[in-house]
Amino acid sequence: MPCPLLEAVRIGKRFGGLRALNDVSLALGAGSITGLIGPNGAGKTTFFNVLTGIYKPDSGTVRFAGEPLPAGRPHAVAARGIARTFQNIRLFSNMTVLENVMVGRHVRTHAGVMGAVFRTAETRQEEAAIRDSARKLLDYVGIAAQAQRIAGTLSYGDQRRLEIARALATEPKLLALDEPAAGMNASERMQLANLVRRIREDGTAILLIEHDVKWVSQLCDHITVLDYGECIAEGTPREVLAHSKVIEAYLGKGVA
Amino acid sequence: MAYWAAAPVKRYDVKMRPRFIRWGAAALVLALPFVTHVVLGQGWVRILDFALLYVLLALGLNIVVGYAGLLDLGYVAFFAVGAYCYALFASPQFDLHWPLWALLPMGALLAACFGVLLGTPTLGLRGDYLAIVTLGFGEIIRIFLNNLNAPVNITNGPQGVSLIDPLHVGPWFLEKTYHLGGIEVPLVINVYFLFLLAVVLAVHLSHRLENSRIGRAWAAIREDELAAASMGLNTRNLKLLAFAMGATFGGVSGGLFAGFQGFVSPESFTLQESVMILCMVVLGGMGNIAGVVLGAVLLSVLPEALRGLGGLQEFLFGRIWVDPSNLRLLVFGIALVLMMLMRPEGLLPASARQRELHESK
Amino acid sequence: MDIFLQQLVNGLTLGSIYALVALGYTMVYGIMELINFAHGDVVMVGAMVALTVLQALTGWGVPSGVALAVAVAVAMAVCMALGLAIERVAYRPLRRAPKLAPLITAIGLSIVLQQLAALIWGRSYLSFPSVLPTASMSWHGVIITAIQGLIIVLATLLMAILLLLVKRTALGRAMRATAQNPAVAQLMGVNTDRIIAFTFVIGSALAAVAGVMVAAYYNVGNYTMGFMLGLKAFTAAVLGGIGNLPGAMLGGLLLGVVEALGAGYIGDLTGGFFGSNYKDVFAFLVLIGVLIFHPNGLLGSRAREKV
Repeated sequence: MPCPLLEAVRIGKRFGGLRALNDVSLALGAGSITGLIGPNGAGKTTFFNVLTGIYKPDSGTVRFAGEPLPAGRPHAVAARGIARTFQNIRLFSNMTVLENVMVGRHVRTHAGVMGAVFRTAETRQEEAAIRDSARKLLDYVGIAAQAQRIAGTLSYGDQRRLEIARALATEPKLLALDEPAAGMNASERMQLANLVRRIREDGTAILLIEHDVKWVSQLCDHITVLDYGECIAEGTPREVLAHSKVIEAYLGKGVA
Repeated sequence: MAYWAAAPVKRYDVKMRPRFIRWGAAALVLALPFVTHVVLGQGWVRILDFALLYVLLALGLNIVVGYAGLLDLGYVAFFAVGAYCYALFASPQFDLHWPLWALLPMGALLAACFGVLLGTPTLGLRGDYLAIVTLGFGEIIRIFLNNLNAPVNITNGPQGVSLIDPLHVGPWFLEKTYHLGGIEVPLVINVYFLFLLAVVLAVHLSHRLENSRIGRAWAAIREDELAAASMGLNTRNLKLLAFAMGATFGGVSGGLFAGFQGFVSPESFTLQESVMILCMVVLGGMGNIAGVVLGAVLLSVLPEALRGLGGLQEFLFGRIWVDPSNLRLLVFGIALVLMMLMRPEGLLPASARQRELHESK
Repeated sequence: MDIFLQQLVNGLTLGSIYALVALGYTMVYGIMELINFAHGDVVMVGAMVALTVLQALTGWGVPSGVALAVAVAVAMAVCMALGLAIERVAYRPLRRAPKLAPLITAIGLSIVLQQLAALIWGRSYLSFPSVLPTASMSWHGVIITAIQGLIIVLATLLMAILLLLVKRTALGRAMRATAQNPAVAQLMGVNTDRIIAFTFVIGSALAAVAGVMVAAYYNVGNYTMGFMLGLKAFTAAVLGGIGNLPGAMLGGLLLGVVEALGAGYIGDLTGGFFGSNYKDVFAFLVLIGVLIFHPNGLLGSRAREKV
């Protein structure tokens, strides 16, 4: 990789006595799909939270597009170009589907109080542009028909899609998906995989957490495996799946 | 996370109401003080004036509580700041007599500064912790107003500031009684129209803020603060903005209050007052402008209307059985409980919440 | 130094009362995330009922000790019933309502209780009959009155009993389970409705005792006495970390001491610029200061949001 888009170096994070992350490193390039796998409690979501500025790491640094990421300031991370979804979907559930995506445009738009109060030509244009691009994104993920519904009333799969649309609205260079396929059936998973590939083709790198090893290995170029807060393997799906430590972590000792 | 908050989505759109209702309502609001004056007398027009001030306050608090989902129990502090700002710069206290057009913006700005001052260190706190801190802040302001008569006399302490200059808007001297084609227009009606103008502006402002990029960001923070931050919203600054915006409404109404009363004292700015304004917002329907206006009018007129209970007793029983002033508040308290039990989401809830409740049934 | 110790004793007395009331706030909050605004007025009702009973009994020549015991018992019984009624009427129907709705009914109830009290007992002050020993002991120039001693000892005893109840009994376990996760507790067979009602009952019983203490300490009772006391106690609960029992105790004691010391020293600290009328400012500033550095209160657990 020439210059990695994201480079996390030796990230450490503890909660009291529990060492959630221990010197975890990860690098990914623009235009790649990277998977982060590991058993429950391996520290995958914690790692995500460090990357997206929700937690401050105790040690280590994260560099994004060549510059260090602001630690512990999620909004600044989003402004730099990392957007995420959540394992336990966190939509603005009493707002409409369209409004959810429009909120995602906030970080790339500018109208302030004065613009709102006087409703200047500039503000109206910007507002129209926000609405327009939000609609396009809903169409992109395939839920345009639901635009006026209250987000909380969508089906589970559509809520996942809406979260992705909302994240894409921030124009990320890297999209981080926390278990996007959880709770989906086989055909929904396939559709999701297609969507993820399409997002990559349109120029956004993807980092995703997933349990389903088979699904991940078909989708990703690169996989990192965490266990007990440590990186136990990384490489292409083939390399990783053949790795003895990975088999051990997933199937228990003695199988390999 | 402010999961308690109601959520406006498809807003109450003024334009969607049939035209004749709009004109009818406007005519009613314009005729109201005159009719009241003739039928019920000066006192009741005064009550309407105060109701308008409460509407202004409730709209301001609605920005903080209804839009941004921040529970503020010390809102009256901003009202106090505006009132004292007007009182000190337009009274014999320091022999200053600044004009209204300078003092209202100054009061609003000062209140906004206090909002930022309070918000900066405390907005990281979770909902109910913020509530107690704002409550404490409100009390601190009041205690200072009450005691800053020594060693240097600034606020004149518990006696308050009196002989405050009356409200003058250009050539319009509100304390004068005007005669319009034979109709008498005294102070209370002049004030009514000034306050009405302020309320109309405030409604307009609220409506535009609500349906803007900023209003949407507030709604997102109210719904899920962490998700909002992850979408790139600077939650701290946005919350500060809500505090400051809400405070300006308080500051302006404080100035109007001081000019109208001609007298201010710390007694007007107690915690009970903050609590009452919060009741107006919640009871009316948080986040919905029409609801908040209704709540404010209802809760400011109701206690006054209940003053009639003494007369009613005499009429019914021939004598006064129960102390009317206690009975009035007692009935008010019961009404508050009953209304909330019957309509937990407010009298006119923001429509998303309403829809949500119906769909979950 | 004498002033310091004296103010410390005064502060601890006041603080014990705050702590008892704060426990009521914190228990209710811990279990249903509700600020029970009417709690301060339950304290007032306790005080007023006790005063009435005391006045009647001493009027009939009943011995002081017996009269006091009966008065406290009656006040506790009335307040427990009141707590139960409050929960039933104003809060239970709103369990699923938006969170601010029960706050408003609580405010409404607070108004109702105050006005009812004003109608029953009038708006003047009732005085506390002299049934308590007026003896006091002096130690290195610090005077501790019998009332102060009694308040501190009784409050400590009640708090110890409460802690034992919550930590050691099945009922306490059910309370803790309900506080953690009502839905799961219900699935595990806990009757959460009953537990919530019970929480109100205990809190109100403590409030009644606190009410009698305040009335005895200041020698008066009035229908408005609950408001400021409730406010202080709620502040104390937040200071300690709302929802946390030892936190409420610590917060109450700390607030009492801070207030007393503030009243004693604020003049010296500011070169006479601020007098003791700023003691409440001092108390709130301490609260704000603590919350800035400990956003969840002194002993509050850091509720980490599940991401």
